[in-house]
Amino acid sequence: MRILAIVAQVPGAEERLKVAEGGVDLGASKLVLDTMDEYGVEEALRLREAGAGGDTAVEVIVLGVGPSRVEAALRNALALGADRAVLVDSGAIDLARDVVATSKVIAEVAKRERADLVLCGAQQADSDSQALGAAVAERLGWAQATWVTALTCEGRTLAGRHDVDDGQQDFRLPLPAVVTAQQGLNEPRYPTLPNIMKARKKELRMEVLAGFDVAPQVRLVKQELQHRERLHRLIPGSDAKAAADELLRALREDAKVLA
Amino acid sequence: MILVVVEHGNGRIGKSARELVTAARSCGVEGPVAALVLGSDVAAIATEAATLVGQVLVADRPELATYDAELWAAAVAQIAREGEVALVLIAASRSGREYSPRVAVKLEAPLIEGAACLTFEGGVVRGERYSFLSRVTETVESNAAVVVATVLPGAFAPAEALGAPGEQFDVDLELPERRLIVTGAQPANAGRLPLGEAEIVVAGGRGTGSAEGFERIVVGLADKLGAAVGATRAVVDAGWRPYAEQVGQTGVTVQPRLYLAIGISGAVQHLSGMNKSQTIVAINKDADAPIFTVADYGIVGDCDAIVEALKSAIG
Repeated sequence: MRILAIVAQVPGAEERLKVAEGGVDLGASKLVLDTMDEYGVEEALRLREAGAGGDTAVEVIVLGVGPSRVEAALRNALALGADRAVLVDSGAIDLARDVVATSKVIAEVAKRERADLVLCGAQQADSDSQALGAAVAERLGWAQATWVTALTCEGRTLAGRHDVDDGQQDFRLPLPAVVTAQQGLNEPRYPTLPNIMKARKKELRMEVLAGFDVAPQVRLVKQELQHRERLHRLIPGSDAKAAADELLRALREDAKVLA
Repeated sequence: MILVVVEHGNGRIGKSARELVTAARSCGVEGPVAALVLGSDVAAIATEAATLVGQVLVADRPELATYDAELWAAAVAQIAREGEVALVLIAASRSGREYSPRVAVKLEAPLIEGAACLTFEGGVVRGERYSFLSRVTETVESNAAVVVATVLPGAFAPAEALGAPGEQFDVDLELPERRLIVTGAQPANAGRLPLGEAEIVVAGGRGTGSAEGFERIVVGLADKLGAAVGATRAVVDAGWRPYAEQVGQTGVTVQPRLYLAIGISGAVQHLSGMNKSQTIVAINKDADAPIFTVADYGIVGDCDAIVEALKSAIG
């Protein structure tokens, strides 16, 4: 069995973002392996360790699609334990706003690698897209389960639990499939020093986007840091009753958000 | 034509359906608006939808009794193709955001996800959406012949009924077999208001002290206000509250009229799920908590005592 885990490189959650010339400038930001994708990589490793589907030779391949800097995130995933990596260098083409185009590249690699399972984060922390897993599944004609918080594999059947509109569901799903990972699925491991050393020698294959016949159909017009004016009115809290009365008055009479 | 996919539950069309109709009407200079109702035993839903748009397409089939991403995607894509639809509007609910990508791929159409604002002029669809964990507002556009967009809850006002009801048409669909088999369900908030639709959300963090403290302080106040209950990741991780109540990057994104954050410090991941709320109140004993940076009204003090006083004052 082969598992393909998708890896994105995003600014750390606590990073201060900078906007220059109408777009987010990541030049000075510390970039990390997307946390949500990390749950996917971890799950792939756990499935390998558990001999998923009765297979003791599960291979975990990590794939990044984006600028060449994504190599660092792939190296990180290799240090966590992935067997090998593929980077499709998007060069000057910005695929970040067009998940439908990106999914074509990922599906093509999944086919070439004869993957049985694709894992990715349920939401990417740069584009805030939640579409990648489903788009890849559709490209491949595979089943999907999104926002998964528990997963096992018996033979060619996955079982697990995932978030839906009104709570959670337990499900069964045949392979091949795409699963999107999120918090709760597992607790990702830290890379160990020996694994970091080993990761340097693992295969990281570079490919270029030109071979994939993709043309983004979404154009980024501009990006702005959000700035919403807030009142920042502080109500003294030492006298609980006075504070409660004043808050209710303000919400009713000033903000008019309470009846 | 602009196609709106109608979400429904408990025999009523969802608030999101009315909001999508408003979005479609505002884009409507480019063509008429049609609504698609998918489900089983949905005659009443279709009639309700017909008060809002000129045409309602109805697929009333037992196979559609419960949602499935592949079935929904197949149905919507087929209707969009046959109806020469230029813009498909889907609610940015968890299900909407999960099946819409499949629709887009089937149509080879670009997808604009989580639009907070949407225009359609001169063949160009332009959307405003949030990115980088909701810290950035970005404008994107596409001049593709067909565009699929998901629209954030609360981004548009719910549409009012038209003078005369629209026409209803039954549609024939070729549907795939279900592959995801549901073997169990844990409904969220049984009997409680769905977080995404609530006008008021009372949310709590670790500052409420314990599961019992959360119940007494947060749930108690929510009950008084007729509000939905939200929780932080830390509270959910600690097992005090179910995942379904989690507000933030991995949970639900809310945009209520009033958001009360009680004992919440305000990690970026939490803020990304609530920072679009109209009015934000923060109650926390730590004056340096980041939650105060997004608050309209802040009270630094003991959550328990202040909420008890609030509950008494509300009566």
